[in-house]
Amino acid sequence: MSMRPPRHFLLRGYVVLVFIFVFTPILTSFIFSVNSDRFPTIPLGHFTTHWYETIFADPDVWDAFRISGIVSISVAILATFIGFCTAYTDYRYNFTGKALYLSLALLPPTIPLVIMGLAMLALLARINMSGEIYSIVVSHVVLCSPFAMAVIRMRLAQIDPDLESAAWNLGASNWRAMGEVIVPFCRPAIASAFLLTAAVSFDEFAVAWFVSGLNKTVPVIILEILQGNTDPQINAIGSIVFITSMTLVILAQLILMRKTINQTAAGI
Amino acid sequence: MSATNAPRPLVSFDAVSKRYGSVIAVHTMNLEIYEGEFLAIMGPSGCGKTTSLRMLAGLEEPSEGEIQLDGQRINEISSVERDTPMVWQSLALFPFLNVQKNVEFGLKMRAIPTEERQQRARRWLERLEILELADRDISQLSGGQKQRVALARSLVTEPRILLLDEPLSALDANLVVRMQGVLSRLQKELGITFVYVTHSQSEAFAMSDRVVIMSQGRIEQIGSPKAIYRSPASRFVADFVGANNILSGSVTGTGDALGISTAVGHFLCNPSAAVDYSEADNLDMVISADLVQISMENPTLQNSLRCRFISEEFVGSIVTIFAELEDGSDFKVQARQRDLANMALEEGATFFASWNASDAHLISPNKA
Repeated sequence: MSMRPPRHFLLRGYVVLVFIFVFTPILTSFIFSVNSDRFPTIPLGHFTTHWYETIFADPDVWDAFRISGIVSISVAILATFIGFCTAYTDYRYNFTGKALYLSLALLPPTIPLVIMGLAMLALLARINMSGEIYSIVVSHVVLCSPFAMAVIRMRLAQIDPDLESAAWNLGASNWRAMGEVIVPFCRPAIASAFLLTAAVSFDEFAVAWFVSGLNKTVPVIILEILQGNTDPQINAIGSIVFITSMTLVILAQLILMRKTINQTAAGI
Repeated sequence: MSATNAPRPLVSFDAVSKRYGSVIAVHTMNLEIYEGEFLAIMGPSGCGKTTSLRMLAGLEEPSEGEIQLDGQRINEISSVERDTPMVWQSLALFPFLNVQKNVEFGLKMRAIPTEERQQRARRWLERLEILELADRDISQLSGGQKQRVALARSLVTEPRILLLDEPLSALDANLVVRMQGVLSRLQKELGITFVYVTHSQSEAFAMSDRVVIMSQGRIEQIGSPKAIYRSPASRFVADFVGANNILSGSVTGTGDALGISTAVGHFLCNPSAAVDYSEADNLDMVISADLVQISMENPTLQNSLRCRFISEEFVGSIVTIFAELEDGSDFKVQARQRDLANMALEEGATFFASWNASDAHLISPNKA
């Protein structure tokens, strides 16, 4: 269906406006990260990588990136595993209390992050597990597993229900069928869930701030730098975080989309 | 090979029932399936035919009764340990594996070494004339090609029995006929048992040695396609199979030919030798539409009816005529198009339908 030109034009304009609204602050931050002036003012000074050099000269920042890296990779592995298991139990079994089980499994992202962070801190401190890197991992796994589950569940919804039975029928045990049929079928969703949970964990500030103690992640150190001094270091580190997260999320989308396009082309 | 040459049952269902909650899907089923026969199980959807097949494959456990394979009880043996491969209605090919890997799957699960596995898979691909597709993705195949891959995947372990669950239902008509030929030939060459579930009469009759007709979880009749077509054992079978006219009536005279009185007239019918009929017995008389003759002026055979023409369905050489009897019930006649060419059949026209006493088939409601 073709739209009439004026309406078409208006809609396009609207979409452009929305994108400008969303991306201007980020783009501005990026521009000032390579600008020589200390304060974000116009006209701009000259191009410089000085602010990037400054933050990478700071051992605390390196440490934060190291911790964030360890945390987000561990979180991605654990959350994807847990998400897969939850999604599979939902796909495969029917039991009483399943609705309750599913709503509990999907609950964490609906809790305000500050409350979540505070609750995590209260619990972890009580059992002497706060202030360590694994404290952040535990908290982030709770937060991220539902995302992994949602992505993998979508994939499982597309599976031909006879596929697993066919594997049994051809002599595959339950575990074998899982490894040879279910996991390969879900592989794009699993990869996508991995990248997505890594991105969520890498970005997350509030919960990390509560439970990290002295092990600061990147978002936590950004706040610390911001409190100490206001210069474009913040813009530089912000741009790096933005690019990292966006890369992960876009990769996740591409993996999922490529699969869908292939299947549409094949007429499934 | 027909059943009479190999009377040893490979599979037997002994009073098998399957319940889902309060729903009875299969009701005390007794059935023997012989070595090397092509058996079709046919019935409308929800009649329990697929459930029976899945119980045989070990994907469902019987609620009652015993299933034996080769003389051994297999109720508790899981699908994994039975060699009862199945060809699925959806085919259930693995979309992330190529053709060759799909066919190798069953051998891989049985820990056959890679080299032997590849050779055996290729042998089956060759046999089904799809060797050149070995490296293709499943999504690149046509319907008929997928069918052949599914067959190769199930047969690669060289089982003694192959289960087929409406495998041709997704294909277009021409391809169905071609694949029927492929299946029939394959079964004869291999000499193994095929159990074929379908709702299609043409598929069942074209390929099988014996047909089982099921309705509402029960077996209505077991017999050769011809026996089922010409001598339906119950009103359900007469309705479900073929194009039959059923007239209900009662016996009014016994003797060499039975006299039967119905709402639309009095007819003669040769009784089947096995049954004793007595005066006033209620029964159904089945007249197959293709055994009826049409004439405009006078009836040509012993039994006749006046019909009013309603419509006709032309499918090539055979025409089905839909007509109405005096009491408003329907009557069907099948005739060759050539024989009807010079008859003035138009809406409202009346004609005579007639048939021989030996061509009507009787069903006693209480015996069915």
